[in-house]
Amino acid sequence: MSLPVRVGTLLVAFLAVVGGAIFVVIHFFLAGPPVIDFTAGVAPGQPVNIVLQEDPQNTVSNRPDWVSYFIQDPKTKQWVHTTLFKVPAGARVNVTVLGYDGCTPLRNPFWGKVTGTIGNTATVDGRTVRALNSWRTCSVAHTFSIPGIGLNVPMGSPTTIAENNNLCGTSPCTSGPHATIKFSFIAPQTAGAYFWQCRVPCGGGYVTGFGGPMQAPGFMTGQMEVAS
Amino acid sequence: MAIETEPGTTQQPGGADPGAPGPVRAWWRRPAVHTAVIGAVVGYAVGHWIGNLFSASYQQLPLSDSYDLPIVLGYLLMVIGWLIGLGFFNDAFLQMRGRRLQDYELRGGGDVGLARYFRFTHDHKVVGIQYLIGMVIYFCTAGLFAMAIRTELLSPVHHVFSSSVYVEIVGEHGTMMMMLMTSVILGPFGNYLIPLMIGSKRVAFPRLEALSFWLTPLAFLILLSAILLGGFHMGWTGYPSLSVQDGAGVDAYAFAFGLMGISMILAGFNLLVTVICYRAPGMRWSRLPMFVWGILGTAVMMTLAAPILTGGMYMLLLDRTAQTAFFAPRLGGSTYLYQDLFWFFGHPEVYILALPGFGIVLELLPVFCRKPLFGYKVAAAGMVGVTLLSFFVWQHHLFDSGINPDMRPLFMLTTELISIPTGFIFLVGMGTLWKAKIRFTVPMLFCLAFFFNFLIGGLSGVFLSDVPADTTEHGSFFVMAHFHYTIMGGLIFAFMAGCYYWLPKMMGIKLHERLGKAQFWLMFIAFNSTFLPLFAVGLAGQPRRVFEYARNLQTLNDWVSISSFFLGASILIFVINFVWSTVVARVPEVGNPWQSRGLEWQTSSPPPADNFAAVPVVLSGPYDYGVADGPPVADLDPPVGVLSAANSGTGTDTARAEV
Amino acid sequence: MAADSQATTPDAGRGGPNHGLRIFLIWLVLAIVADLLIGFLLAPHMPPGNMSSSAHDEQGAINVMALMSAPVLVFVLVYFAYALTVWRQRDGDEDDGPPLHGHAAIQTGWIVGTSVVVLALAVFGTVELINSHGAGAGEGPVPIWKPPGTVSLTSWSPGAPLQVQVIGQQWRFTYRYPQFGGFETTQLVIPQGQWVQFNVTSLDVIHSFWAYQLGVKADANPNVNNVAYTKPTQLGQFTVRCAELCGLWHGAMFDYGKVVTVSQFQAWAASTKAFMADVTTMLPTYATTYDPTVIPAFRSGPVMKKLGLTSAGGGYYPPQDPVQP
Repeated sequence: MSLPVRVGTLLVAFLAVVGGAIFVVIHFFLAGPPVIDFTAGVAPGQPVNIVLQEDPQNTVSNRPDWVSYFIQDPKTKQWVHTTLFKVPAGARVNVTVLGYDGCTPLRNPFWGKVTGTIGNTATVDGRTVRALNSWRTCSVAHTFSIPGIGLNVPMGSPTTIAENNNLCGTSPCTSGPHATIKFSFIAPQTAGAYFWQCRVPCGGGYVTGFGGPMQAPGFMTGQMEVAS
Repeated sequence: MAIETEPGTTQQPGGADPGAPGPVRAWWRRPAVHTAVIGAVVGYAVGHWIGNLFSASYQQLPLSDSYDLPIVLGYLLMVIGWLIGLGFFNDAFLQMRGRRLQDYELRGGGDVGLARYFRFTHDHKVVGIQYLIGMVIYFCTAGLFAMAIRTELLSPVHHVFSSSVYVEIVGEHGTMMMMLMTSVILGPFGNYLIPLMIGSKRVAFPRLEALSFWLTPLAFLILLSAILLGGFHMGWTGYPSLSVQDGAGVDAYAFAFGLMGISMILAGFNLLVTVICYRAPGMRWSRLPMFVWGILGTAVMMTLAAPILTGGMYMLLLDRTAQTAFFAPRLGGSTYLYQDLFWFFGHPEVYILALPGFGIVLELLPVFCRKPLFGYKVAAAGMVGVTLLSFFVWQHHLFDSGINPDMRPLFMLTTELISIPTGFIFLVGMGTLWKAKIRFTVPMLFCLAFFFNFLIGGLSGVFLSDVPADTTEHGSFFVMAHFHYTIMGGLIFAFMAGCYYWLPKMMGIKLHERLGKAQFWLMFIAFNSTFLPLFAVGLAGQPRRVFEYARNLQTLNDWVSISSFFLGASILIFVINFVWSTVVARVPEVGNPWQSRGLEWQTSSPPPADNFAAVPVVLSGPYDYGVADGPPVADLDPPVGVLSAANSGTGTDTARAEV
Repeated sequence: MAADSQATTPDAGRGGPNHGLRIFLIWLVLAIVADLLIGFLLAPHMPPGNMSSSAHDEQGAINVMALMSAPVLVFVLVYFAYALTVWRQRDGDEDDGPPLHGHAAIQTGWIVGTSVVVLALAVFGTVELINSHGAGAGEGPVPIWKPPGTVSLTSWSPGAPLQVQVIGQQWRFTYRYPQFGGFETTQLVIPQGQWVQFNVTSLDVIHSFWAYQLGVKADANPNVNNVAYTKPTQLGQFTVRCAELCGLWHGAMFDYGKVVTVSQFQAWAASTKAFMADVTTMLPTYATTYDPTVIPAFRSGPVMKKLGLTSAGGGYYPPQDPVQP
């Protein structure tokens, strides 16, 4: 082969490799669920109100059988398939969770204890709870836990839902039986990313129930970004 | 011992009949990479379909996300389809049907042209070049993942990647390096040079050798395909239960690693038999070049250790697809079983990665010191000692894991014992330097850097062998720095030395020397600047594979990250040098540029299709530099009849005394 | 060690400079300097510090290794530096070097010397391991080195080893104190000057409990109890990190423990026991290992018909679990 042909082949191969690498990085490595910003338009000292819902499935993703959280965008009031949100440092955060999912026992019943919220309590359908026993009666669907700030709240799930298995079938859920869980906590003063997770083994089909949605941001785990 | 071959008779690789060439087909009708890709795609589709067929009758599968079976069966048939497309089975079918083999290498002048590098060939020299290009590509890909890791670790709080992607990248980097770099020296230099160094015209099993190479692109691609499946999130060790819990990316990991295990077995077995059975007359064990000793030890370890890996990966795949419970403690399995299987392979593997490096530096030192090797028998004993001891140390990876505590002093002892044969290598290297006339060529610089790096790597290994000290160091960046010093600082530096030293032999071209020196200095400084601080980072309490770390360690981590980018730049210089010299500039180098006594340098560069015009008779050792009036290395044109006379025991000619 | 043999060079006394003696002297000076620097400047600050008996032993072991390997390192480096300076090829000199094939005394000396050093290190390590009751490393369910004192599982008084169960789960360690009513908490608090027995286990995948400043590291394996001992000697905070990749948030799986005085510890235990009283009643009975798939309350039938879940097992092998042999 002549020199121009060799150099030309080289250039083509080089560009193909670089193009492939850029595609992989952008398409696979940097892609992720969007971050819902709760810092905009919140005056200092004002509380932040976050509304979530937990669904037994996620029909808007390519994993329709994975349990999932949705976050309501504060401006558009649309349900967004993500678990990443951003709050201002030191703010009081009021969380409301609409629990559409049925119950599953906790792997470690210790996580039935409410900790890290204001007063170490949460309310389930208006009833104040300090701890839920997920092993005696089926009463917990998921937990909302941020280990970095010691927060752990079991998401109560009235037993009737589980017994009926009458769960909503398309997500985000808009109707059907559900529990309403409310709690408040103070966001940390130190800026950074604090991960949150669920402690109920709800990754069905995975050993110990902790694979799949439990380890996929956008489903059962995510990050709370604290803006300075 | 040595093969009996009459000079003048043709010794055909693959054992085909030389007298009957068939018609030559057009290139696109001959099996090569393009047909192999077609075969692989068809194979994957068929396997995936069969897997789905099976899955449909599994009650539990529709309920869960366990869609592993179609993927694994897809990979399995993909390998078979790839090999069918490559024409691997053609000879077997032809022979079964009593037909003549379509062996294109037998036609006058052999199989020539660029296209042969894309075919399944029986020429060990072509396989060597294929391996060389492949290994550079695999190494650079895995190196890019390392760059990504260090980019993420620039900050403990601000993240470039999500934690999921970070662990995925760590796993890809570690696995790709550890499984594919096992062959980084044995593949290119072992396959290409061993027959030349022992005076043989061929390797023992050319088909197995070619197969061992052609499995590596598949292993590489299957491992990369894990990214498409969501990645695997358990590092290169893949401990269950995490690896059973994780998604379908683990199937790609386990299948690729198992496949590479098979490739290692084949490559090792072929070279093992070649060294034992195909040495030229006069190539006694006491004249074997050090590189051959190193490859011999590597081949033994590969042949004996890799089956354990393949078995372990197969069991992991069974746990994931057929829902067996080898590693599920709740159901009577044991996670320790996997750890033992893995490290029973994994520790010999570490020496699979070290011994070829020992071989290269001890091979090159005498050439550039212009002196005989100091203590040849000590060097050989060091290689053999490392090979044997490497099988008796694996549980030091489990010191903290809750194994029987009685085992710990024992494995502490064996681990520390292995530093004795490793010390032999240093004795030999230092003795060879004594009163030498050192020539500071690029390969020599890499050899000297090898000793520097391996010294630090080896001494830090002694820290890790001690159980009390290991309690702090285990699983931290200290370990990470330690094995990068032995593997990157040892193996890769030796690989570079080998490239600069042997490329004139293998390709007949010379690498650019000033670029080479620039690469060396940048690589040496950047490498030490990258990994030396990591010992401190590890001792300061940073565990491996974390994407968040203590904020007070950010300065050190940033230093390391920036150094690592320079290290990447030095590899880039190598790639540029390699591509420029082999593709664009092509400065010819046909003779013996290093004035080496190695047998491989006594034939032309690059060697003819059958290596030597006649099987040479070796007359003296390869390192007799400065010996006045010594015999030449070998008689390349021995008189006809001398070999059969020598072998029958009735010969009285002069060669007899030497054989 | 190696230098002893180097002192008798192959051609010492045959004219020319005595290279061996020069190298030996340079090495001797530098090795002494290096060891003095390590011994007096570095050793007192060597990780993991001096916070507990096991950390103290590990610090000592690392120091011994450093003191031992510094002369070896210096010797090889001095030799290489000397060789590369003195024995380089001169311009125009194309001759080969002297044909030395070996030297029996040097080779024997090297082999004997390295063997002695290596065996001494192995003996040292074994003695250290026994003296420190396992050196803070996980010893499995049946430890052979035990600290003094009899263990009661119902109450604790100073002088007896304190039982702390470390439960690894994705992605948090929790700690259970069986001698205080079996409460579970996310805080790790231990008393100064008392032997502590960590019983490390896991509920899901393999974790590794690494209390860095205490010098304790023990893998948390599912269905296995892994025992490690230490005796904290200094008050203060220490870091606990997971040292075995355990999934998505492995990097964020860390927390901080505290060493407090015995009286502070007893007060803390009493108040935490009271605070956790409601959830303690929900916990399974204290055991060395747990199997969350066995939940008596749910043996009657499926909890969630959708996934066929009958327990907290995650449902990987449902509904026809293989029968345990």
